[in-house]
Amino acid sequence: MTGHHKIAVLGVAKRFGETAGTSVNALSMIDLSIADGEFVSILGPSGCGKSSLLNIIAGFEESSTGRIEVDGKPISGPAPNRGVVFQEYALFPWLTVAGNIGFGPQSRGMRASKVNRIVSRYVELVSLTGFEQKYPHELSGGMRQRCALARCMANDPDIMLMDEPLAALDALTRVALQDELLRIWGEASRVRKKTVVYVTHSIDEAIFLSDRIVVMTPRPGRIQGEFVVPFPRPRLPEIRIHQDFHGLSDKIWLMLQAEAGRKSC
Amino acid sequence: MPWPTESAEKPLLGPELSVAGTTRSGRSGRSGRWIYYLVLPVVLLVIWWFCTDVLALFPSALLPSPIRVAKAFGHVIADGELMLNIEDSLLRIFYADLAALIIAVPIGLAMGLYQSIERLLDGLLSLFRPIPPLAWVPLAILWFGIGTLSIVFITFLSAFFSILVSTVAGVRSLDKLHIRAALSLGASRRRVLTHVVLPTTLPSIFTGLRIAIGVSWMSIVGAELIAASSGLGYMINYYQQVLRTDVVIVGMITIGVIGLGMDLLSRWVERRLLPWRQGARLP
Ligand SMILES: Nc1ncnc2c1ncn2[C@@H]1O[C@H](COP(=O)(O)OP(=O)(O)OP(=O)(O)O)[C@@H](O)[C@H]1O
Ligand SMILES: [Mg+2]
Repeated sequence: MTGHHKIAVLGVAKRFGETAGTSVNALSMIDLSIADGEFVSILGPSGCGKSSLLNIIAGFEESSTGRIEVDGKPISGPAPNRGVVFQEYALFPWLTVAGNIGFGPQSRGMRASKVNRIVSRYVELVSLTGFEQKYPHELSGGMRQRCALARCMANDPDIMLMDEPLAALDALTRVALQDELLRIWGEASRVRKKTVVYVTHSIDEAIFLSDRIVVMTPRPGRIQGEFVVPFPRPRLPEIRIHQDFHGLSDKIWLMLQAEAGRKSC
Repeated sequence: MPWPTESAEKPLLGPELSVAGTTRSGRSGRSGRWIYYLVLPVVLLVIWWFCTDVLALFPSALLPSPIRVAKAFGHVIADGELMLNIEDSLLRIFYADLAALIIAVPIGLAMGLYQSIERLLDGLLSLFRPIPPLAWVPLAILWFGIGTLSIVFITFLSAFFSILVSTVAGVRSLDKLHIRAALSLGASRRRVLTHVVLPTTLPSIFTGLRIAIGVSWMSIVGAELIAASSGLGYMINYYQQVLRTDVVIVGMITIGVIGLGMDLLSRWVERRLLPWRQGARLP
């Protein structure tokens, strides 16, 4: 694979704990390239190392072996070109919605007037108009997640890393936010397409959102296979009931199932 | 049996224990609630009056009647003596708690953030903490003489540990995800300290300060009994020696009222300063 790779995961392994008896092989030899502007989902059952991989790409944790390259350069630690949306939202409870969304631009030393413009743009984009001065505890789960999304995007990162951002929501809100996520991603990518690494354990969610799905299996966490999602963009909500959608869903399910069966024998 | 719905929900703690500021079924109880606070003090006052003025159970040097105490109140207010002593005590508290805040918060933050610093200081501080503030009085008098400096020193010690312990506990409650979020949003280490660590710790620092004010109010009165020539503690001690029990009681009531006032004030300031904390209340 040549061409322009935005992110390259090169021989990454992660082991937690030093002593032989208690150490966990969370990831073993992950190789993965993600193109500029690509929306890639990492799909797998609980404990297969999805979060570990994402945390390593984000720079929060160091890999035991291997390295991560972004734009051809190895990373060291977190950086604002790699924005993160957390499963637990991780909004700052002491800041209002506006304060949270403006945190990134402010951190990077922007003038107050410019920060305000950015904040109002993203407040509108995630439909939180009227809630700018509310604190996170005054919002619903879906609104909090939209706020977290806006906080990440307001910083205009090239790469967005999302760890099960919709997992804590009910099924209806979840589907609605999937549509919205794509819309927001499209809006934010007008000037320059943003690369997304999206962790999920929902097959349908992965298919609906992504260009490519990387299937991971546990013990030790590794890449089992990849699927390219053939549906064109913009993705309409109706494709969820399309036959091809279910065909792909079944194929992925079978791969996960086969692996689970092999492990339990 | 139907599950209780939100509208039929009973307050968990019963009406007496409900937390201020929460919305509950009836608004009618709002204004009436003050009566609860007044019932026992009034009953006590009547019993006191009955035992002293009516039954004359005690010689007034041991327990003067409330009316004599009220008169004494008038006297010490009129000749300015009470205000002067209140002023002295409050100023000492102010200096002591301000110094404690300025010194304890950075140490507490450093201890919470860096394990090596905590290890370095923990042993020493754990040794000093159990020493009651008043046990420092003899040394304080030797070092600083009788007067404001001694009192401030003793009061400072009592406030220092309250703030320190709370600050360390506050840093412990730091959420790893908040730090990660801030770093990935481009915050420098310095900004993480001022915009993540500090706001997380602020509520605990505030709680520590509130406890400190309470504790230092107690220790200052104790210290002034011995090591001062002014202040409310000095005042009640002086009037005990000249057998003016009524003024002693005036001083005690003043101490209680000011302590209560300071606690209410700091709670009010806390609500103002930390609006995001309102969500974390018991229903
Ligand atoms: N800090 C840690 N210390 C020790 N073991 C860890 C740590 N973090 C993760 N692990 C282990 O690594 C493995 C992978 O964890 P990880 O959180 O990456 O899984 P995941 O795929 O994100 O799961 P989930 O879908 O439940 O979030 C698990 O077996 C877990 O127990
Ligand atoms: Mg995870």
